[in-house]
Amino acid sequence: MDLSFSKEETAFRDEVRTFFRESLDPAVRKKLQEGHHTSKEDLVNWQRTLNKKGWAVPHWPVEYGGTGWSAAKQYIFLEELQKTPAPPPLPFGVNMVGPVIYTFGNEQQKKHFLPRIANMDDWWCQGFSEPGSGSDLASLKTTAKKKGDTYIVNGQKTWTTLAQHADWIFCLCRTDPDAKKQSGISFILIDMKSKGITRRPIQTIDGGVEVNEVFFDDVVVPAENLVGEENKGWDYAKFLLGNERVNIARVGMSKERIRRIKELASSVMSGDKPLIEDPQFRQKLAATEIELKALELTQMRVVAAEGKHGKGKPDPASSILKIKGSEIQQTLTELLLEVTGPFALPFMPEGEGQNEEGDWASPIAPTYFNYRKVSIYGGSNEIQRNIIAKAVLGL
Amino acid sequence: MDFDLSEEQRLLKDSVDGLLKSSYEFEARKKYRAEKGGWSRDVWGTFAEQGLLGLPFSEDDGGFGAGPIETMIVMEALGRNLVVEPYLDTVVLGGGFLRRGSAEQRAAHLPGIIDGSKTLAFAQLEKNSRYDLGDVTTSAKKSGSGYVLSGEKFVVGHGDTADTLIVTARTAGGQRDAKGVGVFLVPGNAKGVDIKGYETQDGSRAADIKLNNVEVGADAVIGNAEDGLSVVNQVVDDARIALCAEAVGAMEEALKISVEYIKERKQFGVAIGSFQALQHRAADMFTALETARSMSYLASMASSFTDLDERTKTVAAAKVQIGRSARFVGQGGVQLHGGVGVTMEYKIGHYFKRLTMIEQQFGDADYHLRRVAQAGGITE
Ligand SMILES: Cc1cc2nc3c(=O)[nH]c(=O)nc-3n(C[C@H](O)[C@H](O)[C@H](O)COP(=O)(O)OP(=O)(O)OC[C@H]3O[C@@H](n4cnc5c(N)ncnc54)[C@H](O)[C@@H]3O)c2cc1C
Ligand SMILES: Cc1cc2nc3c(=O)[nH]c(=O)nc-3n(C[C@H](O)[C@H](O)[C@H](O)COP(=O)(O)OP(=O)(O)OC[C@H]3O[C@@H](n4cnc5c(N)ncnc54)[C@H](O)[C@@H]3O)c2cc1C
Repeated sequence: MDLSFSKEETAFRDEVRTFFRESLDPAVRKKLQEGHHTSKEDLVNWQRTLNKKGWAVPHWPVEYGGTGWSAAKQYIFLEELQKTPAPPPLPFGVNMVGPVIYTFGNEQQKKHFLPRIANMDDWWCQGFSEPGSGSDLASLKTTAKKKGDTYIVNGQKTWTTLAQHADWIFCLCRTDPDAKKQSGISFILIDMKSKGITRRPIQTIDGGVEVNEVFFDDVVVPAENLVGEENKGWDYAKFLLGNERVNIARVGMSKERIRRIKELASSVMSGDKPLIEDPQFRQKLAATEIELKALELTQMRVVAAEGKHGKGKPDPASSILKIKGSEIQQTLTELLLEVTGPFALPFMPEGEGQNEEGDWASPIAPTYFNYRKVSIYGGSNEIQRNIIAKAVLGL
Repeated sequence: MDFDLSEEQRLLKDSVDGLLKSSYEFEARKKYRAEKGGWSRDVWGTFAEQGLLGLPFSEDDGGFGAGPIETMIVMEALGRNLVVEPYLDTVVLGGGFLRRGSAEQRAAHLPGIIDGSKTLAFAQLEKNSRYDLGDVTTSAKKSGSGYVLSGEKFVVGHGDTADTLIVTARTAGGQRDAKGVGVFLVPGNAKGVDIKGYETQDGSRAADIKLNNVEVGADAVIGNAEDGLSVVNQVVDDARIALCAEAVGAMEEALKISVEYIKERKQFGVAIGSFQALQHRAADMFTALETARSMSYLASMASSFTDLDERTKTVAAAKVQIGRSARFVGQGGVQLHGGVGVTMEYKIGHYFKRLTMIEQQFGDADYHLRRVAQAGGITE
C-alpha cells in the first residue's frame, strides 16, 4: 500500500497545473473562484484550448482522441482542473454521449460526432428525465414510432440542463409500447433544430436558468440516429449513468471552495478579529476538511480498483462518492453563507453588484440555494442509499 | 402552566389567518412584490383596518396594548404566508424603539404607524459590524442643540420605502465600546441621506444607506444619546423573538406543503410518501418544527422578563434552536420535492429561502450559541 503519488505522477501534476494556470483566461478563472456563472463562450473556448493540447477527452480510448493515461493520471488531471478552477468540461458530450457513441454507436456516428464533441462544435444536452419520470426513469413516456427510415418522436423531457445552448439532445424514447418498462426503450440522437421541438426555460430558486423543458411534437428523426440496437437503450443508459458517477465527488472543486472560504473568512470581521480566527468557525471548517480527505481517499480507492480490474460495471460503492461528495459540496456552500452573514441577503442579478459588499457576496446565497440540486440529480441521495442497501449490503 | 391561547387571542389568530388566506395566495404575493417598493399598500391598509399595526402600542398611544403573544400570533401567520410587507421593520423594530421614546416622539410617529400611513426601517448594520449591535462607526457629532450624522449602513430592511429611519450612531467612544451609541430618528428624505434599494434573496426589499452630514435636532434622539445600546439590545431581542415566530409559521407551512407533495407525487407506481426514507425525513422535520415552536413560545414569554441578562440569554437560546430547525426544515422540504424543489414555480423553494435568511437575521446559530455558552448555559 502506498497512498502517495509516484515521482512521475507528481511531475505530471505539476505539468497540468502549470498548463491550466497559464492557458486559462484569468477573467474566467476569477468568475469561477467567485462563484459567478460562466458563459457558453467561456466553456467552448476552454474546451478548444484543451483540444489543441490533446487533452479534450483524456479518458476516451486513444483511437478516438484519448490520452491513454493511467487511472491515477486521469484523476490528477480532473482534480487539478477543478482546483484551478477551470471550467469543468460539459459532461453531456465528453462524459455521457461520447462514451455511449464510441462503445455502442456505428462507424458513421463515431466518425461524425466524436471529433465534434471533443472540440465542442456541438453542444449536447441530456434528455432522460420527464415530468412523471425522475427517480423512476424507466417509466418514461416519450415515444419514437418507426415510420419508413425515420422515427416520429412525441413527448416531453424536463430538467434538461443548458438545453438553451444545445445543438443536439440524446434521448431515451419508448420504441416498443408493449414491452415492460426497461425493455422497449431506445437511445436516440436528435438535432435540436428539428421542426416540432420547443424549449421552455425553468427558473431555478437562485434566479438562474440552467434547466429547461423540451417538448417534442411529431419530430421527424432519421432512423440512422438510433444508437446501437432498438429497444436496448436502457442498457446504454445504465452504462452512461455509471460513467456519470465517476466524477460526481468533485473533490478538487471542494478543495477550491475551501481555499475560497479561508480567503473570505480572513477578511470578514467577527468582533475585533477576522472570522477565520474564531475557533468555533475553524472547527467546523476543519471537520469538513477531514470529511473531504476521507472522501478523496475513498475515491482514489475506487479509481485504483478500476485501474486494476478495468471499468466494467460501476462499483455500487461509488454511491458513497455521490452521497459524501454532494453532502460536502452542500456543507461548503453553508459555510460560505455563514461567512457572508448579513451581506448574503441582497439579491443582485448576475453582474450587477450594486454595493461594494455585493460584489463578492452576491453569488453566495444563490449558490447555496442552487446546490440543493446536487443531492437530487444524478440519482438522488435517497436512491444512492437504496443502491448501497440493496446492491452492497444485500438488504 | 397553560399553553392555550385566550379567547381574544384565538380570535386574533382566526382573523389574521382569514385575512391572509384571502389576500395572500402565492400568485398574489408575486403581484405585491412587483408593486412599487416591493410590497402592497392595499394589504398594508387592511393590516391597519384590522388593528394589526397598532397591536403592541398602549391604549394611551392609540394602540391596543397587546403583549408578546399577540405579536407571536401575527408573526407566525406572516411566516406561513411569506408576507413581504414591512411589519417587522415598522411595527416590531420601529415601534419597539418608539415605545421607548418620549411622549412627543410617540405622538409624532405612532399615529402614522397605526393608521398605516407611515413605515419605518432600522439602519444598523455596518461594513464590519456583522452581528455585533454595539459595533458602530457611523458618527453622530454634536452640533448646536442637535447632531450631524455621517456613515454607511447596509442591508436595511425596507429602507428604500421607509418614511423614517432609525439609525444607530456613535456619539462617543471607540468602534466597539458599549458606551457612546445613540439612536436617532431620521426622515428618509432628509438632506444628505442617500438610499439605494434592492431586492433581497427572499423576495423582500432592503437598502444600503449613506449618511452624508445629515443634520437632526435634539428631538431626534431616542433615549440617552450616550447610552442607547441597552435599548437597541432590547428592541433587537424583540425582533429576534418575532423572527422565531415567523420561522415557526414558515416551517409549519413548509412541512405541510412537503407532506402534501409526497402524498401526491408518484414514482415506481406508488406515492413517494410511502418510502420510509422520506417518512423519516418528514418525521424529523416535524420534530424540528415542534422543538422550534417550544423555544419560540419560551422566547415570547421572555419578552416580559425584567431580568435583562436572563431575557437576552433566553432569546439567544431560542434563536439557536430556530436557526437549526429552520435550516433542517428548509433543506428537507426541498429534498422531499426532488427537482421541482429547486424551482421558482413551486412554493417550497421560497419558504426555504425565507427560512435561510431568518437563520442569519440578527445573528446566526453559531453567534447565539457562543453567547449562550459565554453566559454559562441556560439550565437553572
Ligand atoms: C438542476 C437539475 C439539473 C438536472 N439536469 C438533468 C438533465 O440534464 N437531464 C436529465 O435527464 N435530468 C436532469 N435532472 C433530473 C434529475 O435527474 C431528477 O431531478 C432526479 O432524477 C430526481 O427526479 P425528480 O426530480 O422527478 O424527483 P422524484 O423522483 O419525484 O423524487 C422526489 C423525492 O423522492 C425521493 N425518492 C424517489 N424515489 C425514492 C425511493 N425509491 N426511495 C426513497 N426515496 C425516493 C427522492 O430522493 C426525492 O427526495 C436535473 C435535475 C436538477 C434538479
Ligand atoms: C435497555 C432496554 C430496555 C428495554 N425495556 C423494555 C421494557 O421495559 N419493556 C418492554 O416491553 N420492552 C423493553 N425493551 C425492548 C424494546 O422495546 C425492544 O428492544 C424494541 O422494541 C426493539 O425491538 P427489538 O430489540 O426486537 O429490535 P427489532 O424490532 O428487531 O429492531 C432492530 C432494528 O430495526 C429497526 N426497525 C424495526 N422495525 C422497523 C420498521 N418497521 N421500520 C424501520 N425500522 C425498524 C429498529 O429501529 C432497530 O434499529 C427494552 C430494550 C432495551 C434495549
